[in-house]
Amino acid sequence: MSLSNLSRTLARSLSLRAGFSRHISTTSLLRQEADLDDSDEGLGQATFIDLPETHQMLKDTCRQFAEAELWPIAGPIDRSGEYPEAAINKMGELGLMGIDIPEDYGGTGLDALAYAVSLTEISRGCASSGVIMSAHNSLYLGPIKYFGNHKQKEEFITPFTTGEKIGCFCLSEPGNGSDAGAASTVARDEGDHWVLNGTKAWITNSYQAEGVVVFATTDKSKKHKGISAFIVPKPTPGLSLGKKEDKLGIRASATSNVIFEDCCIPKENMLGSPGMGFKIAMMTLDSGRIGIAAQALGIAKNAFDTAVDYSAKRQSFGSPISKLQMIQTKIADMALKIEMSELMLFKAASLKDAGRPFTKEAAMAKLACSETATYVAHQAIQVLGGMGYVSDMCVERNYRDARITEIYEGTSEIQRLVIAGNIMKEYGF
Amino acid sequence: MALKVLVGCKRVIDYAVKIRIKPDKLGVVTEGVKHSMNPFDEIAVEEAVRMKEAKLVNEIIVVSCGPAQAMETIRTALAMGADRGIHVEIPLGQMDTFQPLHVSKVLAKLAEKEKVDIVMLGKLAIDDDANQTAQMTASLLDWPQGVFASKIDKTDAGLEIIREVDGGLETIRTTLPAVLSADLRLNEPRYATLPNIMKAKKKKVVKMKPADLGVDMAPRIQVVSVEDPPVREAGQTVSDVDDLVAKLKDKGFSSA
Repeated sequence: MSLSNLSRTLARSLSLRAGFSRHISTTSLLRQEADLDDSDEGLGQATFIDLPETHQMLKDTCRQFAEAELWPIAGPIDRSGEYPEAAINKMGELGLMGIDIPEDYGGTGLDALAYAVSLTEISRGCASSGVIMSAHNSLYLGPIKYFGNHKQKEEFITPFTTGEKIGCFCLSEPGNGSDAGAASTVARDEGDHWVLNGTKAWITNSYQAEGVVVFATTDKSKKHKGISAFIVPKPTPGLSLGKKEDKLGIRASATSNVIFEDCCIPKENMLGSPGMGFKIAMMTLDSGRIGIAAQALGIAKNAFDTAVDYSAKRQSFGSPISKLQMIQTKIADMALKIEMSELMLFKAASLKDAGRPFTKEAAMAKLACSETATYVAHQAIQVLGGMGYVSDMCVERNYRDARITEIYEGTSEIQRLVIAGNIMKEYGF
Repeated sequence: MALKVLVGCKRVIDYAVKIRIKPDKLGVVTEGVKHSMNPFDEIAVEEAVRMKEAKLVNEIIVVSCGPAQAMETIRTALAMGADRGIHVEIPLGQMDTFQPLHVSKVLAKLAEKEKVDIVMLGKLAIDDDANQTAQMTASLLDWPQGVFASKIDKTDAGLEIIREVDGGLETIRTTLPAVLSADLRLNEPRYATLPNIMKAKKKKVVKMKPADLGVDMAPRIQVVSVEDPPVREAGQTVSDVDDLVAKLKDKGFSSA
């Protein structure tokens, strides 16, 4: 490629970044890249080697908590399907249920990296608790934090940061998951209030939620630009729940349909402006992907740690099986996938904290971590042999919990479309 | 009358880690190994924080002697609720010869310098199992000691302490100032909450060297060797009491 072609290509990719109006040559582009690092306290900047000290302390606290409080209940609540109310309250006390909400609204005021690190450890303890925390933080608090007005934040964020109240996010419908633009739930303008009608499907936290973020069409003619976002308190007349789904994994997290039948909400409950709903959903999912990546990574680590421990203790042919090369191959491959996925997760979170575009990296992190989780859980069962197949060990639960991470918050297929789309743009096509 | 507490905490190899002896047999492998605050020291910090919450104490100073990484331990204590920290820097190479007597001298000097009312320590550290520092510190200061404390209450005259001893529980009363050491059942330490971890970043930590406190570092004890405990041998099942008595006689455990 000629030099002029190169500079034109780079200039075009530059135009994607907001706020750049100067004409920039290729060499100053490189200098520009270096100057963009703006984080003053090291908060939100993972290096390739260590986490910042605060985040390391956070990780240690969450790990201690997860091992002491979540490991003992993870198996029982998976069998009973019971919502871990006491554990979620304790997580609230630790500050985990409003982790990146500003302190003014009752949150902990930390960053995306802190969220990723803490959610990984919580999920390593219990994947159900992890998804409850993730859906609440990213999908319920997230949109209200970024798009809500002060009154909405006071009403729907502040009481929801202690773990006592949680929320949920209603985008998918029985007729559309990946095809979010085809939503058929409608919101009718009745002057001083909205009337919602429709059914949402696969909603995490539905049963326990006291606040609902829901997406509905306000102007059908505008297609996906006619979707708006709303906040609905629960209970509200006209809002009901379908039966609890009987899932393969994350069984302590309640999932069901959320049904709106002439459900009336005040005009002030629209989130953002009319027609902004699709954009809100997509931006929310970007951050949500960091959460699910962390959850998947935690599941992978739980399975991996168990497999390594077992391989050092289990004797076969006169030695621990960790001496056998085929087991060593599995351990090495699992370790590598986990390490690479974690680096991708840290990069996505650090980009978000630095205020830079992170859509592609978040999709990469979610894709990498979820496929790693299913791979590691599968291999971990193999390392444990028969013991991996029974509920005495956690890996069979890890295997079942891991599977959903490739599906929700954007299937692996959707992640690939997002990544490819961003790449093509970056290359100027 | 609000009291001032000096809490000592030590960075030790994490209790869950499998210990390995170094090839030179003079110690254990510490490099690359997970470390954390000595569990008994966590209990000591927690007790100090609870006393502060009960308004008996108005300032908690946490001190740790060790290399640069001891700062992590101090930060953890600050995140649990201590107010400020003192890091007595010991170079990594000198850690092997830095022994309980030296720590006691450092703590005694700091207790006088900071004019504290209580020196609160863990009863022992899980790496050396010495169980000496609290007692020696009390002796150096000529203060009363309440060690192996499982309950501490404030009285008009000073403190009432329930101690766990071999025969059961012993209740003692001391005046203030005093040196205390925490036993396992004194309390259950709290998790450092995320907001407190953030606040800990802003709390002050002062660095100093043992020489600043006039403490000489010459070791009094020399480690001759460190070995794995003997591998456990299988036991023997005996058929009846006569057989048992015969076996005991054989092994020289009974003279009858």
